[in-house]
Amino acid sequence: MLYTMLIYQAAETAEAVTEEVQQACYAGHRKLQERSKAHDAFRAANELVSVDAATTVRWQNGTAAIIDGPFAETKEQLVGLYVMECDSLDEAIDYAKDIPLLGDGCIEIRPIAYFEGPPQR
Amino acid sequence: MKSEAATLRAAQPKALATLIRLLGNIDAAEDALQEAFARALEVWPERGVPDNPVAWLVTTGRNHTVDQIRRRTLEARHVEEVRSVAPHHAPGDHPEDLLRGHVEDDLLRLIFTCCHPALAPDAQIALTLKTVAGLSVDEIAHAFLAAPRTMEQRLTRAKRKISVAGIPYEVPPPAKLPERLGAVLAVVYLIFNEGYSASAGENLIRTELCTEAIRLGRLLVRLFRAEPEVEGLLALMLLHHSRRGARLDEAGDIVTLDEQDRGLWDGVAIAEGRALTERALRRQRPGPYQIQAAIAAVHCSAASAEETDWQEIATLYAALEGFQSSPVITLNRAVAVAKADGPEAGIALLRTLEDSADMQRYPYYHGAVAALLAECGQVEDAAAAYDKALELTQNPSEQAFLRARRAALG
Repeated sequence: MLYTMLIYQAAETAEAVTEEVQQACYAGHRKLQERSKAHDAFRAANELVSVDAATTVRWQNGTAAIIDGPFAETKEQLVGLYVMECDSLDEAIDYAKDIPLLGDGCIEIRPIAYFEGPPQR
Repeated sequence: MKSEAATLRAAQPKALATLIRLLGNIDAAEDALQEAFARALEVWPERGVPDNPVAWLVTTGRNHTVDQIRRRTLEARHVEEVRSVAPHHAPGDHPEDLLRGHVEDDLLRLIFTCCHPALAPDAQIALTLKTVAGLSVDEIAHAFLAAPRTMEQRLTRAKRKISVAGIPYEVPPPAKLPERLGAVLAVVYLIFNEGYSASAGENLIRTELCTEAIRLGRLLVRLFRAEPEVEGLLALMLLHHSRRGARLDEAGDIVTLDEQDRGLWDGVAIAEGRALTERALRRQRPGPYQIQAAIAAVHCSAASAEETDWQEIATLYAALEGFQSSPVITLNRAVAVAKADGPEAGIALLRTLEDSADMQRYPYYHGAVAALLAECGQVEDAAAAYDKALELTQNPSEQAFLRARRAALG
């Protein structure tokens, strides 16, 4: 099964960390990617630019409005995502727990209903 | 006829658990089992109950499903589908092949799937009662004072999440077992507590839920040999439940532990609970359920409230705080300390909880403060504390209890 893991994190923590902490975080991602590639689970990874760069196209009554900013102003923001192919939710949870975060935050695991990209298992 | 119904009920969880493994999902297994039940009620009265009822139900249920898929295949020509569950077995034709060594594993798989942390606690409870305990939707709905339709929807949503989110039908690997077993024990204890201290409704105790939880506890003790926390949980439930006959008076109002007629306690349950507690503690791997069972055992061993070993209980609560620090445990320790060393010592410990917002909202906290203040002769402060407790209590018999205590202050 394909799962996406959506990474949410408080925006302030990401800005406040030292270069050292940031590098440790990337090292954690590299480790996770190596492990998931070794098990043929890794399918995709994205790190998103901060929500300052977000633009929202909002449809209402048949017209599209272009709005500066993310779709919702929340304390925790979507900062990136993984796509993994796993045998079960338990395997997906295992990978999700290894996704490094800067401080508090959460990983939402969602099964994927449709995925277009390189061929899957 | 009665023995057939009892046999079916006893065989149901095991047969369902194996059918889920064979057919790949809970809904299909439930349909297959229902069909097998109907067949059993036709055939068994004539030919007698088979030697291995679980195997008979599994074979009959699976054959029914295979036939259905065959029929659909003829219409739709989906050949792959039939391969996954074939070959066909005649009922009684080497049924053990389907089951050999698997029955207990299947039951474990089912328990871990139902108690998977990715399901909401409500859903875990409902699913466990439905599949592992074999209760009907109506029975579960009645036990939780919910509409059968609501309960049905909860179960449907849970089963859908299991299949769509890919919750596995497997026993967790050893590294994860302690954590996942903890989740299973928590579900069983929640079921027990819902029955032991009903959160809603007129009846303070709903015995059928306690009985089901104890039945599940016995099953877990059998499945997880030598797991002291499993034994501890069963012991704890047995010891609590042993007092069921003395906990309410004729009006249905609560009777506190020290005022209960100990002659009404269930001596058989107490003996079993104490033996289990001792067996668990001898394994030298203490845990919160074992310690709580030990506390209950101290209460149950005292011939009268005055003879209770409160010092021992205070010590056990201190040990429990080491495992799970919570203001509720400290509250209980304070009550024990008050009994052992006097109300002033208890009040001093309760004062350390004053700043906890949870405690300020917790009726038992104010009730305990009130009782100790009353003992110290501080009547006005005690009355104010009883008023706070009353404001926070919804349960009618607990309200009646608090009102009586407040009135007794004079």
